Amino acid sequence: MPTAEFPNLFPALPEIFLLVAAMALLMFGVFRKDDEAGPARVRCSRIVARLCILALLCALILVVTMNGSDRVTTFNGMFVVDRFAVYFKVLILISSALSILIAQDYLEVHRVARFEFPVLVVLASVGMMLMVSANDLMALYLGLEMQSLSLYIIASFQRDDQRSVEAGLKYFVLSALASGMLLYGSSLIYGFTGTTSFDAMAGALAAAPGEAVSLGALIGIVFILAGLAFKISAVPFHMWTPDVYEGAPTPVTAFFAVAPKLAAIALLLRVMMEPFGALTVQWQQVIVFISVASMALGAYAAIGQSNIKRLMAYSSIGHVGYALIGLAVGNEAGVRGVLIYMAIYLFMNIGAFTCILSMRRRGQMVVGINDLAGVSKSNPMLALALAIFMFSLAGIPPLAGFFGKLYIFLAAVQAGYFTLAIIGVLTSVVGAFYYIRIVKVMYFDEAEEVLDRRMDRPTALVMAATGILIAIFFIIPDPLLSQAQAAAQSLFGG
Amino acid sequence: MIFQALAFYLFALVAVGSAVMVISSRNPVHAVLFLILTFFNAAALFILMGAEFLGMILVIVYVGAVAVMFLFVVMMLDINFAELRQGFLRYLPIGAVVGLVLLAELLVVLGGWTFAPDASASVQSPAPGLEQVTNTRALGLLIYTHYLFLFQGAGIILLIAMIGAIVLTLRRREGARRQDIAAQVARRPADSVEVRKVPSGRGV
Repeated sequence: MPTAEFPNLFPALPEIFLLVAAMALLMFGVFRKDDEAGPARVRCSRIVARLCILALLCALILVVTMNGSDRVTTFNGMFVVDRFAVYFKVLILISSALSILIAQDYLEVHRVARFEFPVLVVLASVGMMLMVSANDLMALYLGLEMQSLSLYIIASFQRDDQRSVEAGLKYFVLSALASGMLLYGSSLIYGFTGTTSFDAMAGALAAAPGEAVSLGALIGIVFILAGLAFKISAVPFHMWTPDVYEGAPTPVTAFFAVAPKLAAIALLLRVMMEPFGALTVQWQQVIVFISVASMALGAYAAIGQSNIKRLMAYSSIGHVGYALIGLAVGNEAGVRGVLIYMAIYLFMNIGAFTCILSMRRRGQMVVGINDLAGVSKSNPMLALALAIFMFSLAGIPPLAGFFGKLYIFLAAVQAGYFTLAIIGVLTSVVGAFYYIRIVKVMYFDEAEEVLDRRMDRPTALVMAATGILIAIFFIIPDPLLSQAQAAAQSLFGG
Repeated sequence: MIFQALAFYLFALVAVGSAVMVISSRNPVHAVLFLILTFFNAAALFILMGAEFLGMILVIVYVGAVAVMFLFVVMMLDINFAELRQGFLRYLPIGAVVGLVLLAELLVVLGGWTFAPDASASVQSPAPGLEQVTNTRALGLLIYTHYLFLFQGAGIILLIAMIGAIVLTLRRREGARRQDIAAQVARRPADSVEVRKVPSGRGV
């Protein structure tokens, strides 16, 4: 009778805590008496949302305090915790908590405030944390599906709104296709290396440096890349992004634009650097193509948009392109650049979405860029905040967005990828046009009818906090830089 | 050996025969029942091959869940199957040709299919042979120990799917009658029974 050792649960404690909390809150919500869209339901959803934020913060504390500097694996090497995972988990937890915080008011206004929403966001974050910690193809897939399944649901959360349902369905169908590609790639990799574990895979693929790499494994890597590129909405797998971003409820779009991207980028970095690190020359060209195409599409396709949510979708495609430069460079400096970039991207995007959430006219949400006309007079704080975020997204110094791009381009130039860096700079110049157009509309256009002044307090707080962080990042950049450095080092076994 | 061969042909024949009945029977309910018969025979074939776990799963999942759901759908939706089947004979030749082409392709692929010579050597954790451990036991030993993490993760994914189904479809309808156990228990004879004195010879 073979006996198995009980796995060490300690490294996975934050995830386990969050799962238990999510299930407890689910029970709490179910057993509380509620009425359809009545005050009791809203009150219940408010309590659950607050408790979910609390749970996310507790998990954040757990993640940070349990962070030893060494790499720990558990569950038979399927789950890994290192500085890299911790870095991304912190970012994911922050973005989930902020998303729940800014979502509540929107959900209440649209009469869809239900307690399941924050619980699903928490479950999605657990999925993302598993993705970041995955050290095995099967663990990778499970984390990815846990995340995606929660995302499908919250995308169509406004189920009486046709566009929201359409967004959810579109995301579901296309994402299932991408999962299929990922699985196909995984099966090929498994077939050619005989293992699903990242550590063993790295050994199997690196075993024979002189020999030609087996074609099947290469095709597998390309399929895995395609599946992951879909999740980060990189060109040519970006088609779903504008429609889903436009159709989904705005706070969900804010969540979509940040947390899943963080997790998928983290996964992409780990998969490409750890198991497939020996084949860098092989996959590099694919990443370079994806990166250049995403930057170009993000810059040019956004110019004609009149809906600000669609514009943010194209902007996010472009930003993924910039982040991928760091991966294409494929060294420690490049990965450090991606880490810094994604952290700054998180705060810029959440901030920009708080502004979009505050765009209301007579209590109704509006999303047209021209609706922003005259905001500088009617609501100067909103205009100032949005201007900061837009300048930062465009990458104008001294705002944080500039430094994100700086470290990426610096890594590219140092490693000799001048073409990539030049294309990056050129496309950010083109992209600056549409970001700054929003500022122009706000400050120089006359409005026929101005937006409401009303802003709910949590959204305003998040807006102010992210705005200040973005604006003063250049004074105290050290904490982020040193953390990113340590995280990047841990990925390269340093 | 002869018993095994006989059993194989019995189950295989019934499986193929009932599969044909699935597409040819007029009554959709009968079609689903034949589908269930096909599943049972396929499960028996699995057991014959020593894959008793797959056989049991086939019965539990496909008969217990999928086929029952089909039955529900067939009974609840008013689909005119006779109309759907119009032109069946007309399209039969095309269908048969497509089927034959697929069969030929399958034969070509499977005929030329061999294991890579070094494939068995590159397996990192080979499975023990059937004579050492039954496959249900082998799976159980792995799933609940080595793959505990994945097993639990899959459970969470199912939980999320369930939450999703409820969030996206459950509505409280006006006028729907729900069971209220407390009200049922608290009900007294006086509330629902009326005693009338009926004068004799008049009726109620």
